[in-house]
Amino acid sequence: MMRTLLTVCRKEIVETLRDRRTLFSLLLGPLLGPVLFVAIINVAVSRNLSALDEPLDLPIVGAERAPNLMAFLSARGLHATATPKLRNVDDVAAAVARGDYDVAVVIDERYDEDFGTDRAARVTVVFDRSKSRAQSKIQRVQGTVESYGQQVGTLRLVANGVSPSLLRPLLVDELDVSTPAGRSVLMLGVLTYFLLFATLTGGLHLAIDTTAGERERKSLEPLLTLPVTRASLLLGKMTATVCYMLVSLALTLAAFTVALTHVPLERLGMSSSFDAATALAAFVVLCPFAPLGAALMTTVASFTKTYREAQTYLTFILLIPTLPLMFAALLNVEPELKLMWIPSLSQHLLITSLIKAQPLDWTFVAISAASSLALGVVLGWLAIRLYEREAILG
Amino acid sequence: MIDVENLSKRFGAVQALDGVSFAAHDGRITGLLGPNGAGKSTTLRILSTVLSPSSGRARIGGTDLATSPLAARRLLGVLPHGSGLYPQLTARENIEYYGRLHGLDEALLAKRADALIARLDLGAIAGRKAKGFSQGERTKVALARALVHDPQHLLLDEPTSGLDVMATRHLRDWLRELRAQGRCVLLSSHVMQEVEALVDDLVIIAGGRVTLAGTPAELSQRFPGRSLEEIFVTAVSGAEHASE
Repeated sequence: MMRTLLTVCRKEIVETLRDRRTLFSLLLGPLLGPVLFVAIINVAVSRNLSALDEPLDLPIVGAERAPNLMAFLSARGLHATATPKLRNVDDVAAAVARGDYDVAVVIDERYDEDFGTDRAARVTVVFDRSKSRAQSKIQRVQGTVESYGQQVGTLRLVANGVSPSLLRPLLVDELDVSTPAGRSVLMLGVLTYFLLFATLTGGLHLAIDTTAGERERKSLEPLLTLPVTRASLLLGKMTATVCYMLVSLALTLAAFTVALTHVPLERLGMSSSFDAATALAAFVVLCPFAPLGAALMTTVASFTKTYREAQTYLTFILLIPTLPLMFAALLNVEPELKLMWIPSLSQHLLITSLIKAQPLDWTFVAISAASSLALGVVLGWLAIRLYEREAILG
Repeated sequence: MIDVENLSKRFGAVQALDGVSFAAHDGRITGLLGPNGAGKSTTLRILSTVLSPSSGRARIGGTDLATSPLAARRLLGVLPHGSGLYPQLTARENIEYYGRLHGLDEALLAKRADALIARLDLGAIAGRKAKGFSQGERTKVALARALVHDPQHLLLDEPTSGLDVMATRHLRDWLRELRAQGRCVLLSSHVMQEVEALVDDLVIIAGGRVTLAGTPAELSQRFPGRSLEEIFVTAVSGAEHASE
């Protein structure tokens, strides 16, 4: 039994290694995922943050009417560009609407008259709120103009012998208790999905090829005439599938560990605690998911007649483990004992804890592993039963 | 010896086999002849234990298929319709894979594989992947694979279909050699010309029933002045009329 299992497992592994196209797609998936992930995060980070330090040029109409304001803006990196064509608010509004500028400032014609009287001097910030790319610029310009007004106001109160704190009856303090690592969870939450997905896709080809593929190539029938039980044949095939799944998972984790060192998470006020030890723990947590996935894919592929048909069904199967993850994201669930009985959700919650740098509860890990393995055994048994039917020959 | 008694097989509403009985003896080549859909493949599949009969029994070398299928499989080599080789494995690896699953130890396996590769003239392609093989090469490798555990009984499903003249000739020579070694060879075909020069015993099957059986000489004697081809056509069409 054991010898048959190993012979079959070895043959399936060797056969897949020989197939360059399959091997290429097996390696590409685990490596491409993390690279894409890091690229997306980098774009998001640079769009949100890079603008804050850099000088920003923007059209300011009527700059000559407010030299002090100009000096204040200039000191904070906001510089007026020469725009002789723009004369009033309407011109500027039209230019911004056309998309010529992300944000512009118009100093009212009566600014120098009104400034210093009891009438408020008017400054108009022109922008297009629907432009998501411009959000950080808009906030920056609005905030800087606003703070100039507050500074001037405070100076005037002091000059009149009034304490500025009179205008501030409330002192609103913000105390954010989320840890930097905790904040990164939002963005790294999608990581578990990548990991589960990579685990499944790693075994996809073998699960199909060893069942539907073997039947399609007509090599299944002679195989079943050998003096070995169908259970040992199928267990050998599933073992090979699990091997490839674990390799795919390991590669993905390694790629993530390397790739995440290139993400400026600190600039988002997050810390990435995703080091080699975390990756190893994540591997241990996800290991029991591999036999479950292999048994699930083999069972489904056993119903199908051709490689192509199996591929169609299994594409849907790849979505099943994501359902608990969506549920977790919508309800914002925390790790609980009873949730550890749900495969894929339990792994998601445990890995989320790992990323938050929270200590792992080994009882949780054990229950998560036990429930995944138990379901894997049930599905594996089902696959063997399917193989013992005569209809398996098609 | 292969002994088939009153074998019946029903797939849903279709009665594929309806009381088939015959025997294939050691040291003889037995041809199972019939048109497509007559029940040849079903019979061979039951004998190779991938299907079980609805009723009746079959024994291979005295071992009952129903009670000890694993033991019966050890006595049996199977050449399936279409070679069923693994395209990414070499000829030698294909042969060795089956040898290992038959439980041969590595030393014996290497010896057997070498001998079969030499006998079947596979030396040039032994190290090549099976995916580029011609039909003749595939059949040779599949035959070597079926013989790797030195079985007393050999089942061949339409072995000559798709082979060119030379490959067919070689195959006939090897089958005669296996017969000379005292093995029991059972092959199926739907073309009388392909087998009449080869077989010692004929079992003609149509509509799931054996309609005629005997040696070519016996059949010629029973229907004087008619060729085996004509006898085959009569035996087959008679059954078709009967089943209508």
